[in-house]
Amino acid sequence: MPDKRAKHTSKYTLDRGIPGAFEGETVTRRRFMTGTAHTAGAIAASAFALPALGFAIGPVFKSTPHRWEVVGTVDQFPDNNYVPVILTVTPNIGEAGKTTVYMRKHNPEIDTDIYDRNTPYIAISSRCAHVGCPVRWVDASERFICPCHGGVYDLLGRRVGGPPVRPLDRFYTRVSGENVEVGPRFSVNSQLRRFSPRDPGEPLDGIGQYLYPSRPGAQKL
Amino acid sequence: MPKLPKLPAPPLPGPLQEPPPRPGEGNGKAGPLDGAAQAGITVVDWIDERTSLSGAARWMMFRKVPKGTNWFYTLGSATMFAFLSQAFTGVFLAMYYRPEPAGGAYESIRYVTNDVFLGQFVRGMHKWGSSVMVVLVFLHMGRTFFFGAYKYPRELNWVIGVVLLILTMVMSFTGYLLPFDQRAYWATIVGVNINGTGPLIGPYLSDFLRGGSEFGATTLSRFYAIHMLIVPGLLAALIGAHLYLVAKLGTTAPPWTKAQKRVELRETEI
Repeated sequence: MPDKRAKHTSKYTLDRGIPGAFEGETVTRRRFMTGTAHTAGAIAASAFALPALGFAIGPVFKSTPHRWEVVGTVDQFPDNNYVPVILTVTPNIGEAGKTTVYMRKHNPEIDTDIYDRNTPYIAISSRCAHVGCPVRWVDASERFICPCHGGVYDLLGRRVGGPPVRPLDRFYTRVSGENVEVGPRFSVNSQLRRFSPRDPGEPLDGIGQYLYPSRPGAQKL
Repeated sequence: MPKLPKLPAPPLPGPLQEPPPRPGEGNGKAGPLDGAAQAGITVVDWIDERTSLSGAARWMMFRKVPKGTNWFYTLGSATMFAFLSQAFTGVFLAMYYRPEPAGGAYESIRYVTNDVFLGQFVRGMHKWGSSVMVVLVFLHMGRTFFFGAYKYPRELNWVIGVVLLILTMVMSFTGYLLPFDQRAYWATIVGVNINGTGPLIGPYLSDFLRGGSEFGATTLSRFYAIHMLIVPGLLAALIGAHLYLVAKLGTTAPPWTKAQKRVELRETEI
């Protein structure tokens, strides 16, 4: 039995003794038809598979416009303690789209970091930087404490204990007339340097910002 | 013409006599059940003549098993029946479930549990059955490992089994969100964020699962589609491949079974 994988002696079908071969023909009609049928099948399959796949992974690359939401008035927030406010992150899905934000007026004595100089209010996200459970501000110990796995953060949201890999996220704030507005989220590393928002559990110190890249759809403020 | 007396049957030798009716076959007269049985045979024959399925069925069902086969060998079938139970109850739960994050999902589950006839039972079967399936998968895997049944030529079946294990875990993960109570919500938040801790592709995987950067309006329906359409189809197909390989390659003897000494054929046995 001849070995089918053996290299053909000649590229011309005529030389290989194939019945019905033409002069100068290198691809048999049978092979050409097979290739055509496979190509047509592949095109037909991609015609439904590729749009469906893009449809499913599209949200990864989608950029959502920034939302600014009024959370209170300028005299509502002290500069040495946090006041919880409810922020709607995703509208129209009820409770599941809401999150708690801890608000405090900017205090030059505490917020000495250069990145916080021009921030009128400090808005700290209650989303734990470990795996996303809701932290609460415990006034007596001046700590944010996470109920799930024991993450502990200080007054500025920096990790002081437990498994979190970076400080608590923050939100941009601005004052519009008498109202305080909270805008998009941003993440910070342990020096409180700002980064585009990352999910919990993704460190931002050292190589972390490259291992956990920013979203393709993230917009500059 | 006067009726003649019936002559006794001539004494026939044994092999020529009609066999006596077997138990349950009556007295030789065709009853209504015989007609039904005959109809069944006719239908099966009709199908078999056109598909030759009986050969495949015989190949699948009537296999030789090694000496020492015991109850541990039923764990695979038990897992498959757990899957069938999940598929069956899941189809009926889908008749009531609404994947609406703004209250509809929780309300539909509450309705199934409290108001639908046998709803709590069917939902309980699905809920507890998922844990049963995971436990059975691991027992089946342990049996395969400790009996050495993953070795040549059955490595591919082990690989398929690992994929089935992962898909079972995906089912557990995606199904956990569907009741949409506090536990479901926060467990999913944590689970998606654990996904995100994988370097480089983790953040993209999280965004794909959520359908965006935050837990959003389509996250629940996305999980629902994965839970009831994508993964069950893959599971059913791979279970088919798994079973095919089991039937083709046969099962292994338990490791404590001693190999029989080769007995040379003697002339009297030929």
